[in-house]
Amino acid sequence: MNPSAIPIQPETVSRFTETPLIRKKHRRELVAKGIFGAMALAMVIPLLIIIGYLLIKAWPLLSWGFLTHNPTNGMRQGGVWSAFLGTIYLVVVSLCIAAPVGVLSAVYLNEYAKENWFTRIVNLAVLNLAGVPSIVHALFGLGAFVLFAGIGRSIIAASLTLAIMTMPVIIASTKEALASVPMNFREACWNVGASRWQTIKGIVLPNSLSGILTGVILQVSRTAGETAPIMFTGAVFYRDIVEGNLFAYKLTDQCMALSMHLFAVSTQVTNAPEALPYAIAVVLLGSVLLVNATAIIVRTYLRSRKKW
Amino acid sequence: MVKKIEVQDLRLRYGHKEVIHGISFDIYRNEILGVIGPAQSGKTSLLRCINRTIEFTASAKLSGTIRIDGEDVQKVKNVYELRRKIGMVAPLPVGLPITIYDNVAFAPRAAGMTSKSDLDGLVEKCLRQAALWDEVKDRLDSLGTKLSGGQQQRLTIARALSHQPEILCLDEFSIAIDPVTTMRIEDVLKDLKKEMTIILVTNLVQQARRLAARTMFLWNGEIIELNDNDVIFSDKPVSRKTYEYVNGIFG
Repeated sequence: MNPSAIPIQPETVSRFTETPLIRKKHRRELVAKGIFGAMALAMVIPLLIIIGYLLIKAWPLLSWGFLTHNPTNGMRQGGVWSAFLGTIYLVVVSLCIAAPVGVLSAVYLNEYAKENWFTRIVNLAVLNLAGVPSIVHALFGLGAFVLFAGIGRSIIAASLTLAIMTMPVIIASTKEALASVPMNFREACWNVGASRWQTIKGIVLPNSLSGILTGVILQVSRTAGETAPIMFTGAVFYRDIVEGNLFAYKLTDQCMALSMHLFAVSTQVTNAPEALPYAIAVVLLGSVLLVNATAIIVRTYLRSRKKW
Repeated sequence: MVKKIEVQDLRLRYGHKEVIHGISFDIYRNEILGVIGPAQSGKTSLLRCINRTIEFTASAKLSGTIRIDGEDVQKVKNVYELRRKIGMVAPLPVGLPITIYDNVAFAPRAAGMTSKSDLDGLVEKCLRQAALWDEVKDRLDSLGTKLSGGQQQRLTIARALSHQPEILCLDEFSIAIDPVTTMRIEDVLKDLKKEMTIILVTNLVQQARRLAARTMFLWNGEIIELNDNDVIFSDKPVSRKTYEYVNGIFG
């Protein structure tokens, strides 16, 4: 058939034409989107610059051996093994203390506690404790664990101090995760004669696990990065340990830590190679980013099985 | 007629606000009692007093007595067993975020039933009673939350039946279900009446008229009238207000 034979629809005025008002609305929409997007981008740029800058500065020293060898020659040469392992010890031990206590007390506060003056005080205390500067935690740790309890400067005393510091944040994030489980799920369980614990075990915990885990794992970066709380309670400037042995520290030992090591090398050690502090920072930042990436993967996996 | 539930001078306060002002009434065994009344008249609160889930609201204070088979529910030690005697269906459908099978098996398991064959039989029976079995029998292991609203409501009913209650409280069960399904469930209720006592709280006046033998008109926390349906839905109920509410003149 000849295409020209198809009758052409008479041109009518659409009821959906753009008026100046609509065009203005579109422009504003674009401007708003642009501003919000630019701000979001502005968040990413500093992180990229920091990582790039650190990597370039640290490049001459970066190698597998840097991670697996002790510092030598008055911390001017060698690697960061003893500091790296010390940080792992501090993070793991402090989270082993803070996570159970924090998560369980959050379950109590969110699921059992009635709204009264006692819970209000506890909640207020948790909030305030989360806002206490880390140097104050350090002094508390020194007074309470090292001196009063007589533990002495050690990994365990430093970890306890770090645990006190991270616990309120874990409580807050866990409570938020628990509160995200809708109330009517609980009521449905109570209606059929389930106890609070049966409800928590069967419905609430399985569905808040991803939030709880994320909250706990995010505290790794905080624990690894803090210098003040461990300075008086268990970290030392220099220690020589067996290379390659993951159990080189005892819990009652004092240890080195990456954050403290970075502080020492950049302020206390003269004639250290210029790349050294940057290399230490790369190790610290790299391990923290690795752990955070794990947290994101875990969360994405658990969220992909989101149930409502 | 045997009294199943006796309520005497029940008063309920939330904080300083009294929402039920001293009501007394009886419910007989194996009857369907319709409860009608506008929003905020205390219908849901009344049900929550009966199965004592009102205790989860910290500000709630109640006085007066509720007896089930002559036993004061306030003095019951094993409150979980009490709640299992009472099936409760909330107005909004709640499918728990576990499988359909587990939704129905949740209560029996919480009560200590472990035998797989017992649970299988019970799950099928309850889902059939709630007119849901045919739609879900091939996917009992999919999530209860993924069902449609109407299906979730029937799942809620199946769950309420799963602990083999003696009393069934339905709180506006039909607001999320289509009329055809509502009719099917209403037929089920007529059957269930032989086994249990049913309290049917409803916004649909005609539903109470269809199903109940007696209907209670609650208004602002007071019983305006509790009477046989012949009287409530006649031209001359005892209270003028009842006539007006039933006929849609106010409310």
